[in-house]
Amino acid sequence: MSTQIEQQEAEEEDEAETEIEPAEKPHQERRLSEKRARAEANERQRREREAVREAENDIRIKVFRYDPEVEGKEEPRFDDFRVPFHKGMTVLDALIYARDHYDSSLTFRHSCRQAVCGSDALFVNGQQRLGCKTQIADLETPVRIEPLPHQDVVKDLVVDMEHFYEQMHAVEPYFQPDDLPEGELEEQRQTPENREKVKMSTRCIWCGACMSSCNIAAGDNQYLGPAAINKAYRFAMDEREGENAKQERIETIEQEHGVWRCQTQFSCTEVCPKDIPLTEHIQELKREAVKSNLKFW
Amino acid sequence: MYEHDVLVVGAGGAGLRAAIAAHEEGADVAMVTKLHPVRSHTGAAEGGINAALHPEDSWELHAYDTMKGSDYLGDAPAVETFAQDAPDEVIQLEHWGMPFSREEDGTVSQRPFGGLSHPRTTYAGAETGHHLLHTMYEQVVKRGIEVYEEWQVLNLAVTDHDDVEDRECHGVVAYDIASGTIEGFSARDGVILATGGPGQVFDHTTNAVANSGDGYAMAYRAGVPLEDMEFVQFHPTTLPSTGVLISEGVRGEGGILYNEDEERFMFEHGYANNEGELASRDVVSRAELTEVNEGRGIEDEYVHLDMRHLGEERILDRLENILHLAEDFEGVDGLDEPMPVKPGQHYQMGGVECDENGQTCIDGLYAAGETACVSLHGANRLGGNALPELLVFGARAGSHAAGADMKEAEIQTGPSAKSEDGDLGADVEIGAVGAGDAAVAADGAAVESGEVLSRAVERERERVETLLEEDGINHAHVRDDIQETMTENVNVFRREENLVEALEDIREARERYQHVAASDPSRTYNTDVLHTMETRNIIDIAEAITAGALAREEFRGAHWREQYQFRDDEEWLKHTLLAWNDGSPELYYKPVELEAEKEYEPKERSY
Repeated sequence: MSTQIEQQEAEEEDEAETEIEPAEKPHQERRLSEKRARAEANERQRREREAVREAENDIRIKVFRYDPEVEGKEEPRFDDFRVPFHKGMTVLDALIYARDHYDSSLTFRHSCRQAVCGSDALFVNGQQRLGCKTQIADLETPVRIEPLPHQDVVKDLVVDMEHFYEQMHAVEPYFQPDDLPEGELEEQRQTPENREKVKMSTRCIWCGACMSSCNIAAGDNQYLGPAAINKAYRFAMDEREGENAKQERIETIEQEHGVWRCQTQFSCTEVCPKDIPLTEHIQELKREAVKSNLKFW
Repeated sequence: MYEHDVLVVGAGGAGLRAAIAAHEEGADVAMVTKLHPVRSHTGAAEGGINAALHPEDSWELHAYDTMKGSDYLGDAPAVETFAQDAPDEVIQLEHWGMPFSREEDGTVSQRPFGGLSHPRTTYAGAETGHHLLHTMYEQVVKRGIEVYEEWQVLNLAVTDHDDVEDRECHGVVAYDIASGTIEGFSARDGVILATGGPGQVFDHTTNAVANSGDGYAMAYRAGVPLEDMEFVQFHPTTLPSTGVLISEGVRGEGGILYNEDEERFMFEHGYANNEGELASRDVVSRAELTEVNEGRGIEDEYVHLDMRHLGEERILDRLENILHLAEDFEGVDGLDEPMPVKPGQHYQMGGVECDENGQTCIDGLYAAGETACVSLHGANRLGGNALPELLVFGARAGSHAAGADMKEAEIQTGPSAKSEDGDLGADVEIGAVGAGDAAVAADGAAVESGEVLSRAVERERERVETLLEEDGINHAHVRDDIQETMTENVNVFRREENLVEALEDIREARERYQHVAASDPSRTYNTDVLHTMETRNIIDIAEAITAGALAREEFRGAHWREQYQFRDDEEWLKHTLLAWNDGSPELYYKPVELEAEKEYEPKERSY
């Protein structure tokens, strides 16, 4: 489909949208007075023209579209949008602009805009990245934006995260100490070194980029995947958990679809937006598993 | 229909803590949340959790600091309960595995923060909220607590008794984002609103896009008054281009603020001769904007926050996350150059009126966390007091809703606590446009629980159907206009004519909102519908903030008025309440409680 141009009357905008989703708009009378709509459109148009003029240039994004129940979208396709560029613009900014100015049905998850909620992991120009953390200026244009590969697409850029969450839950992702201090207001002790050891592993934001990048996970649906194994690492290496808990954790990650599946391709580590050394953590757990097996030999 | 004992709406820090507490009390508890729990904005909190853990520190000192920080608008029973419960809550978190930053002896570290008389802030790097959120979500997983994730709560099922204090909450109506299904959720014992802040009312905010203040607006329309909404915290150190937060921890560790002339203005221009950069947030935000307004800002917009002198090792140890944020969102290397910062909307001190046990004046309806106004923070929240608040009052609301035997609350709520009528003092209309916007149905009294819920479900189904089927304007334009006028007119510095202008703009937006519709016709993951519903909430909250700001003719805490340059304890030692009153909002006041175990004599607040 063609690029949508923003210098349109409100009515034309609606027509343009009708072209995308023919026969889906019920043909009802417009409820609002046309005068009000025109006044709004004119004002908006003026502001937007200014915005475009102010911008040095604009950029093109190609966005994956799919909706199982909307005619014209059941077959996946790409839509082009031209958005005014500004310094510091991220992929997420571009998507928000396209949604709020051209097509409000454009659908993607996002919330914090600062790389901590993990909602907007996307496949941008062929790599898993967080939309909010990826500068447009760093990318070749047109910027191609797709949903995370190897996950079912729900709609447009939204994927079904259920499998990812199941794998995360499969490693008993909660702290299991042998015992706790009983004194009033007494915390468990942890050395700064041990805290440092688990620090990177605790930064995971559950975005799913690693799982999506992993060839093994793509071929083995039961593979725990880098994020879940990293979660197990976070607890197994925390000295506040006892030896028993650690032993159980090793058994969990050592199972058929656990650490030994990893072929150390480092794709997860490369795409992790929080720079967690996932592959290293997996390797270290492999060594722990070997040590633990030797102990019981 | 789904049925549980206790329903928690929202799964950030307050919601998670409430759910765990209710579960421990033996209740069948479920969480209904529009985001998966780990996506919640608690995860963006950076600085820390205040708690008097050190033997030389005490809950009394923490309470005193909090009351002073509140500019004597906190209620003593809330402040004391908070300061007393916070240490246990922090230790509880540690026992759940929270990766706190540590001292050499393995104990939890504490650092200085603004407005605190003792280094009382526990932290986990500069990503404390992330760890708190994940640690508590882990406990929810461990307990097998049911989470209805990506279900947006659209409204509450509340009876429509004339007197709001007779009303009961029987559940919520929620929208399954994935499928577009609308269902009723019945709550046998209580509904806890823990939906976070309303930052999307402003356009330069540290808040997430999801922070549309749904809980405030739903409670308000159901009849619970909103309290002290004029008190909005503008955080002094946010990145100019995005509003991303740079933690107060930077200043806590020794970071320095400079103006364009490289003056350390907090001292050199006399804003806070003792505390300097570590004065309370409202003081620092006003100082920065004064510098900019007087021509000493950089690019006429911001000031510099410099942490280079702390050294790479200390920065990497305690503030590493700040380096990533400055690099990723402003393109600045904090090890190499000062970071540009300016004030941005950060936190809503006011909120849904409730007591120390989270109870509102509607039976079975609770609020906790940022959504609630107990009132703990009064006119200004201290840094590091939001996370312990959501722990302490989240836990209390969860326990109480689940039927725990708790001390009766001292704080009075509802219209019966009114001490004085209020007056907006301007000729601007606020409230619902026509009858169609009224949340409480006018079609005969619904007081029986099953009927209340099924009627509420029907109303929301009709509403969503209308949004899907009709043509209309895009809500995003209405939302933009609200954000624009709020940022322009209801910011750090407030002038009467601007506040009136904002109310007029909000009125216009409200009228235009009558004509919104979703253009996405799909039932599948229709965020167009969701955002359109949120915008309605944003309008109600913007109006409540502005109405409170116009009514309060004094300068207290975060609320600065051009014409009224002094704190007026004679007239204004009282809370502002705004009741929806079925669409014709009523403004009134109730007194501040400055006495509980201790007495807090209002003093001049200097740092």
